Amino acid sequence: MTSYVREILTGFYSLLAGMGVTIRYFVKPIVTVQYPREKLQMSPAYRGHTEFVLDPETKTHRCIACELCARTCPSQLIHLEGVKVGKKKLPSKYVIEYHLCSLCGLCVEVCPTQALQFSKEYRLAGYSRQDAVIDVFARMQAQQRRLGWPVTPIPEPQPEAEGEAEAKPKAAKAKAAAKKAEQPPEAEAAPAAPETPAAPAEEEKET
Amino acid sequence: MATAAHSVSVFGMIAGLIGVMALVAVNALFLIWMERKVSAHMQLRPGPMEVGWHGAIQTIADALKLLGKELITPRDVDKPVYLAAPIVIFLPVLVSFLVIPFSQNLIIRDMHVGVLLILSFAALTVLAILMAGWASNNKYAVFGAIRSVAQNVAYEIPLLITLMSVILMVGSFRLTDIVAAQNRIWFVFVQPVAFILYIICATAETNRAPFDLPEAESELVAGFHTEYSGMRFALFFLAEYTNMFIVAALATIFFLGGWRGPFLPGLVWFLIKVYAIIFLIMWFRWTFPRVRFDQLITLSWKILIPLALANLIVTAFVLKLV
Amino acid sequence: MLERGLEEKFYVLNLGPQHPSTHGVLRVELQMEGEFIVKADPDIGYGHRGHEHMAENRSYLQFLPNLGRVDYLHALAYNQCYCMAVEKLLELKVPERAEFIRVITCELNRIASHLLWIGAYLLDLGAFTPFLYCFDDRENILDLLDRVTGSRLTYCYYRFGGVPRDVDDDFLAGCKAFARRLRSRYRDYENLVNKNVIFLERTKGIGIISQEQCVKYGLTGPMVRGSGIPYDLRKCEPYSAYPLFDFDIPVGSTGDIYDRYMVRYREMEQSLRIIEQAVDKIPAGPIMAEKVPKRIKPAPGEVYTAVEAARGEFGIYLVSQGDTTPYRLKLRVPSFGNLSILPEIAVDTLVADLVAILGSIDVVVPEIDR
Ligand code: SF4
Ligand code: SF4
Repeated sequence: MTSYVREILTGFYSLLAGMGVTIRYFVKPIVTVQYPREKLQMSPAYRGHTEFVLDPETKTHRCIACELCARTCPSQLIHLEGVKVGKKKLPSKYVIEYHLCSLCGLCVEVCPTQALQFSKEYRLAGYSRQDAVIDVFARMQAQQRRLGWPVTPIPEPQPEAEGEAEAKPKAAKAKAAAKKAEQPPEAEAAPAAPETPAAPAEEEKET
Repeated sequence: MATAAHSVSVFGMIAGLIGVMALVAVNALFLIWMERKVSAHMQLRPGPMEVGWHGAIQTIADALKLLGKELITPRDVDKPVYLAAPIVIFLPVLVSFLVIPFSQNLIIRDMHVGVLLILSFAALTVLAILMAGWASNNKYAVFGAIRSVAQNVAYEIPLLITLMSVILMVGSFRLTDIVAAQNRIWFVFVQPVAFILYIICATAETNRAPFDLPEAESELVAGFHTEYSGMRFALFFLAEYTNMFIVAALATIFFLGGWRGPFLPGLVWFLIKVYAIIFLIMWFRWTFPRVRFDQLITLSWKILIPLALANLIVTAFVLKLV
Repeated sequence: MLERGLEEKFYVLNLGPQHPSTHGVLRVELQMEGEFIVKADPDIGYGHRGHEHMAENRSYLQFLPNLGRVDYLHALAYNQCYCMAVEKLLELKVPERAEFIRVITCELNRIASHLLWIGAYLLDLGAFTPFLYCFDDRENILDLLDRVTGSRLTYCYYRFGGVPRDVDDDFLAGCKAFARRLRSRYRDYENLVNKNVIFLERTKGIGIISQEQCVKYGLTGPMVRGSGIPYDLRKCEPYSAYPLFDFDIPVGSTGDIYDRYMVRYREMEQSLRIIEQAVDKIPAGPIMAEKVPKRIKPAPGEVYTAVEAARGEFGIYLVSQGDTTPYRLKLRVPSFGNLSILPEIAVDTLVADLVAILGSIDVVVPEIDR
């Protein structure tokens, strides 16, 4: 009988203790961030998609189109073309299919000239896979324009195979492409979880 | 007390009905918002903030969304029963409002057997849940329905017994009489054990956590309303919150002195007390894990019923002696 | 009573693949009699991605990000195991500072995993609020790990021969601050969960696993420690810098759900101890081994390495034939072994108990399916 009563009382007390905890938290300030109104600062190591490092000296990228990054990438998502300009080789196209990227960082680490870095871009959303394709070169040009630096043109390929392109229309095209690449993240403010864009088919399963 | 209520005109009835309907809707909207806010702040988050002031009309937006949803009727359901269940669950809820005294004069019909009316109609809720679960032709739903029946049968007994000890003191089933009897002291101070038991049983009666076994989402997906969608689901939801209001109103009338209170008008006091009780029930939900089914029944038969009976006997003795 | 066939006496209940408490895409086929379970049959493979086969088709380095996806909750232990395997093949010596960093980050990740489990488990039992308190704490770990690894889940941080990014003083101070914070929260967890009578009723004496069963089914991790066997690879077969630290292995006594819960709960404290010691003692020095070959092409041979992940022993068996890709890579995942006991302990329990037992195994379904 006494144990019966004691059991009830201790059980009852434990419930009250639990309720004490929740009521204490009830009056505490909230800890979450109201996303579109407040934004968190991404940490310095945050891995967004990759982008070119702008060298403050040369005011352009450092890529030498060695294709090491493209070959190292586990998902084979870096599409890069280089052209010979004089003795140097320069990239004329650097496009990543960001939706396949696993943000492993291997491309950044393998680059012999440290030409790549992670952007802090995390507000990415799109309506199709195509929206996740990022033209890194155009992005760099847009950055240069924003900084008021001379915009690096897309280098002219030596062989005449691609013919019709001249320097000026190409630059204009690049401009347009840059606009296009810039717009989606800004225009669609739909919240994008920082990690999820990578490889939608396989990775993040819910717990 | 309340002699006017005996001469109910047709006009009064209709006005009352409209009032009740409005109250049910507004109450549910408010309670859902309140539940969201209570849970959110207990969990260190703000809850709905976007639609209206602090998300106040978020629930209306949700209700509109539910109205616009397709009503899916699964192929193998028992159609008449399946369709009737959401309506049946709503009827007893509405009837109960007829006898609740919101304040001195604000009562649609002051019946001699007010308590019994509420409790007997509340038992009908089980029927609706059983209908919903059975007709859905879904194993999880049947589980929920069966659990609900066992649970309500087990908890109606202690519920009645605890209320009995108050009724014994007052000597009347009429709700206004019970409130009137508390003009000196609230019964919660006279009958603390009965109050605690009543709150526990009421939580179980309304299928709220930690006794929300008929709809235990981590076990039974959504329990008896797994197969309901759109407005039909909303009706179950609405009924749950209205039920909460009713049990809280009963607690107010039986233990907290009903509409009595200084300065403010009776209705305001009544509502304040009701929502305080509802807050308590919400507080349970956001604190405790769910009990297991057999434990729930054990709790009722081994602890609540003996305690309630003991309380009743002690009350009877004391009354005899005094 | 009429004689009825077996089919009518029992009925089948499909728990999952889309069920709130199967944590991913696991299906458990239940033979039921009333609310009692006669037979439970887990059906796995809904999330099969062929990780082992992928390894055979890419270079050693390129397989690294996959490890973070096998068990996304304790990804760093998996990173570490793979790195250890390749380092063993290449006979690389990892510098001490890198080992310390590995230990710190790995233990932080373990706490994060346990916190998430506690939260999700309470959710299984029907308590919603502890889940968010756990996530609040876990968020702090993720912020810390974000600073060094660059990601918040699916980490890909360790490299063959060390770590690619050094930790700074802010991070180390952050670790200590986190230890203080988590300790200050213990009281709340205890009042809210550990002592709660409903929680005790739901967990004590349910899903008991005997020591023989542990051995028979090859259980590892908190499952076996809950039954009282102090088997922890960090102590039994020490790797990395673990021998340098002083910590205990919490064990249970009866092997029920409550013991497993308490083992995980107390392991968080032990992990904090390891972290604090490591933060105090972390040596200066390089974070990457010298002479890491540019092209990773180990000599023919085979290795097995194992680490203690949050769920148990995670092992990698790696066969090299002197190529740039592994010849065969076998993942020994703890959840797979741990789940195998479910049919045995689930018999004659209620559905609610099954949910509690399944939760207490702490399965990560993508890990089982690989
Ligand atoms: S981060 Fe990894 S997956 Fe993404 S582009 Fe670089 S190498 Fe490829
Ligand atoms: S590895 Fe670096 S330099 Fe080479 S192509 Fe890639 S970005 Fe350019």
